[in-house]
Amino acid sequence: MRPDDRKYLPSHEWAKLDGDTILVGITDFAVEELSSGNEGDLVYCDLPEPGRQLEAQETFGEIESVKAVSDLNTPVAGEVVEINSDIEEHLEILSQDPWGKGWLVRIKPTNKSLDHLLDAEAYEAHLAKSH
Amino acid sequence: MVEFGGWNMPVQYGPILDEVRCVREKVGLFDLSHMGRVTISGPDAVAFVDRTVSCYCAKIAVGGIRYGLLCQEDGGPIDDVLVYRGVDDVFVVVNASNTAADLDWLRKHTGDFDVEIHDQTDELAMLALQGQNSAAVLAKLTDADLGNLGYYKHTHASVCGIPDVRISRTGYTGEDGFEIYFPCAEAERVWAELSAAGEPEGLAPIGLGARDTLRLEAGMSLYGHEIDLEHNPIEAGLNFAVSFKEEKGDWIGRDALQRVKQNPSRKLVGITTDGKRVPRQGYPLYAGDTRVGEICSGAVSPTVGTNIGTAYLPLALSEVGQTIDMDLRGKRQACTVVALPFYSRTR
Repeated sequence: MRPDDRKYLPSHEWAKLDGDTILVGITDFAVEELSSGNEGDLVYCDLPEPGRQLEAQETFGEIESVKAVSDLNTPVAGEVVEINSDIEEHLEILSQDPWGKGWLVRIKPTNKSLDHLLDAEAYEAHLAKSH
Repeated sequence: MVEFGGWNMPVQYGPILDEVRCVREKVGLFDLSHMGRVTISGPDAVAFVDRTVSCYCAKIAVGGIRYGLLCQEDGGPIDDVLVYRGVDDVFVVVNASNTAADLDWLRKHTGDFDVEIHDQTDELAMLALQGQNSAAVLAKLTDADLGNLGYYKHTHASVCGIPDVRISRTGYTGEDGFEIYFPCAEAERVWAELSAAGEPEGLAPIGLGARDTLRLEAGMSLYGHEIDLEHNPIEAGLNFAVSFKEEKGDWIGRDALQRVKQNPSRKLVGITTDGKRVPRQGYPLYAGDTRVGEICSGAVSPTVGTNIGTAYLPLALSEVGQTIDMDLRGKRQACTVVALPFYSRTR
């Protein structure tokens, strides 16, 4: 079971409330799909400039592996207030700790509610159904 | 696993970059049973191939192999193929995704040629051993004289106790290696025996992902990327596969390609990128504000140590050392034109 302290998009991003802000990352499943279990397969991660305003589900960046490029979509609308700049040089963090140290962006949301997103159980069901 | 040309194919068995290194340093085993295999027989087999394929078939010695293209009248390739000259037939290996189109085209153009076209794709399995240890592995399981089987030559011999297996010293990786063809009912056993025999030599199974990187590093074209109906073999740098010799006679696409040869407008080049982004098919290329081309293929190249790609550029921008920009949704990354191939084992 994936962590139930956060909510999910079907496109494999997670959102977690952290005080007044929301942390956004990608799930272990997304990392596994991109890297095929080999952390060296991840080659690039493009994150937005802090200050950028995002609409819900807007693409805010890209992550690239040896075999493919995937969009990064935000689960919530708001302003990017911080990015995890460690990730760009150390993509292996995503393989090692996608739920914690592997967060990508911190967003000051226009609305703190995560009710429109999948809970862990629904995300698991989504994975089971589509893969 | 992915769907590929109607076949269920492994993209990778392990990490793609490790698979590439294994073939460059040791030996890899590939299941290529998706490739189309067609035997053309009958009194006019060679003449028919000379009419429909760009290489000069009558000039190939029995036991020899040439690379050629099946072209439309306008010179646009329907496919690229390997032509194996036999004693009384010609064996043609084609791309999986084009097999049906190739067969249609060939059958449509038999005209007065006395030939039979036999699709053997579903009868035969095709495996490849690629890498410097290939001969050591295959020698354990065959009575063929591999030492005397030259590059782009084929023979028939026993492999794993199966008589009359076609063995060719060919491949799509830039390494020494072999491709073998035998009844598909034996495929699993031969795969297992080659895998076991290759263990001391460091053999690993290799998927489509690494195969694509290996062929790109070696500067080999892939249909649907460097060549297709809109991208002819002359501008792709495949002149060696196109014969304009009088003795070959007229063939489909000859006149159009002769005109391209006299007046090419673009050239297939290699590019390397300075940053981390990997070139991917379709990414636009710019010189200043002018769009000048797009990426055909790209990969992370563990052999070269950078990201590599191919692209068509106008002749004026195709010199080695030319810099151009690759556009990634509005972000530019600098690229440099380099010589093809990126990698050559004899260099």
